[in-house]
Amino acid sequence: MNQPVLEISGLSVDYGYHDDAVHALRDVSLSLGRGEVLGLAGESGCGKSTLAYAATRLLPPPGLITGGEVLFHSRTGETLDLLRLPDDELRAARWDEIAIVFQGAMNSLNPVRRVGRQLTDVMAAHRPGVPMSVHKGRARELLGLVGIPADRMPAYPHQLSGGQRQRVMIAMALALDPQVVIMDEPTTALDVVTQRQIVERLIALRAELGFSVVFITHDVSLLIEMADRIAVMYAGRIVEDAPAAEIYAEPRHPYTRGLLGSFPPLRGPRRALSGIPGAPPDLASLPPGCAFAPRCPHAFARCEGERPELSGGRRLSACFLPADGPVAAVQGVAPVE
Amino acid sequence: MTFLLRRLAFYLVTAWAAITLNFFIPRMLPGNPVQSLITRYQGQLSTDATKALYALFGLDEDTSLWQQYLDYWGRLFSGDLGLSFTYFPTPVAEVIEQSLPWTLILVGLSTMVSFTLGTLAGAYLGWRRGRWTDALLPIGSFFSAIPYFWLGLIAIAVLAVAWPLFPSSGGWDGAFVPSWDADFIWSAVYHGALPAITIVISSIAGWMLGMRNMTVTVAAEDYVTVAHAKGLKERTVMFAYAARNAVLPNVSGFALSLGFIVGGTLVTEIVFSYPGIGYILYQGVSAKDYPLMQGVFLIITLSVLAANMLADLAYALLDPRTRQEG
Ligand SMILES: Nc1ncnc2c1ncn2[C@@H]1O[C@H](COP(=O)(O)OP(=O)(O)O)[C@@H](O)[C@H]1O
Ligand SMILES: [Mg+2]
Repeated sequence: MNQPVLEISGLSVDYGYHDDAVHALRDVSLSLGRGEVLGLAGESGCGKSTLAYAATRLLPPPGLITGGEVLFHSRTGETLDLLRLPDDELRAARWDEIAIVFQGAMNSLNPVRRVGRQLTDVMAAHRPGVPMSVHKGRARELLGLVGIPADRMPAYPHQLSGGQRQRVMIAMALALDPQVVIMDEPTTALDVVTQRQIVERLIALRAELGFSVVFITHDVSLLIEMADRIAVMYAGRIVEDAPAAEIYAEPRHPYTRGLLGSFPPLRGPRRALSGIPGAPPDLASLPPGCAFAPRCPHAFARCEGERPELSGGRRLSACFLPADGPVAAVQGVAPVE
Repeated sequence: MTFLLRRLAFYLVTAWAAITLNFFIPRMLPGNPVQSLITRYQGQLSTDATKALYALFGLDEDTSLWQQYLDYWGRLFSGDLGLSFTYFPTPVAEVIEQSLPWTLILVGLSTMVSFTLGTLAGAYLGWRRGRWTDALLPIGSFFSAIPYFWLGLIAIAVLAVAWPLFPSSGGWDGAFVPSWDADFIWSAVYHGALPAITIVISSIAGWMLGMRNMTVTVAAEDYVTVAHAKGLKERTVMFAYAARNAVLPNVSGFALSLGFIVGGTLVTEIVFSYPGIGYILYQGVSAKDYPLMQGVFLIITLSVLAANMLADLAYALLDPRTRQEG
């Protein structure tokens, strides 16, 4: 396996302090290979965005990183310890090495600044020696890449449609030719057709420019198509981490299976949608055992008292059920309610 | 452009309505105010002035209401607001012309200083919320909670009487004649200092709190997080992204407060016996000087309208979203 570009290990995040703290991330380890598309899936509220914010030190208060390490390995072989980097070095690494397309892409653009200006200001900040005309040319080129006419440069954000704004954000993420692009639900606010176009554009650009992607979504079926590997998150922990094709063919964790049953596949035959009964647990007071046990159709006595560790080498999962157990056995036949 | 034209038309109509109202109000006063005024100023009013009074109150039986209204507009356009009783026989226009600059400069400058300092401090406090600097907030609220009247009296008692650093009243030293020479200007600045300081102290907290709260709100917006993620300098994020958006409500508040300069200066000028328009209005009201009151009200109305227009214009300039909606 090639050297990872981003390595997250043991990352834990709390919102708030003391007893009423919400443990949004607990001991999360993930690594992103060079050129890889890593999908991060899980129901809303499970901590996906928190992971993106924490890894880049952008957690809003009262978010607090309580442990762990995030290492970035640059193309030149240099290693940056992102959580311990001095502020000015962190600022230099932001966007240049790791760019993010945020979940709230509708509000990601400054409403009183022209779109072109918002594209060039980041270039000017990181490449101060380069003349503005070059930055402007690059901004036009970037808009072209995502299919927005260059004459939209002087437009204000409110003059663009939601899909256009989203594409501007993707163009902006690529401005400095970063090595990692984190996309937090970049298409959820959009209609299916636009969503489709943007994802296809993204896959094409990735092939062309060779950056790595962490693609966060609650929609696993989207990931099945575009991701190399998928990590599934539940209640602040990774519960399964495996190549996309294998997750699709043979999910090991009952939660993954539930997720796969909750969304229609983007292509291929339609399946009956099943959904997962019950609601995600309260992150401020989790049960001692497996957090999914109360909703799990296969839970048994051990699941209540003991927490399964993420294990299994190349195909990680955190479940006590045997790998060829009931989950694997019933895969492919979606239960109809 | 059509946006601006539409607003302009709106203000013209509003101004017309206000001026027309100003024409009707004296006509709605019960009784015969002219007769009682003439009795009060026995022998002091010339026949011209008496005639003008009859015209003002619409008691001029010979002319139709319509003709009176046209005459009223005609007089307005020639700058004739009648004669003041209090400063008889000085025309009202002249009384206003002499007092208005004092108010505009004193309250205008203090308001600008207060707005600028308060907004900057608020942006800073909002940006660094949760640190010791937040202790400034209750101090600011304390000063803005003191009724201005008291603040002024305390300032006079402490800084003009007990410890005579500043003069306690007036707009300039009586030894000088108003003119554009250095001595007079210095004297005016010196006399204006104490009222100016009290105005700034009592109003700065409002700007500061407003700006601070808006900055805290805006700092949590996605585009500010994006600006951080882009690795922009902290100054750029703070000014071009956070403060630039947070200042919008403050700017329209500022433009509106400029409109209240003329009308809201009454207490300041009474407390400091400052020779501005508020003081004049006070005198006019005490002496039932109707022409003077009518003139001052007209100025107040027009300045509020002008400030509203300025607020609209400033908003359109600063927020591209308003330009489109119209
Ligand atoms: N600012 C915050 N303060 C307190 N709790 C928060 C905050 N932001 C997120 N959380 C909590 O952290 C958990 C994870 O949130 P998030 O990372 O946004 O989930 P996701 O992106 O997977 O939907 C949620 O349970 C949410 O309630
Ligand atoms: Mg999220």
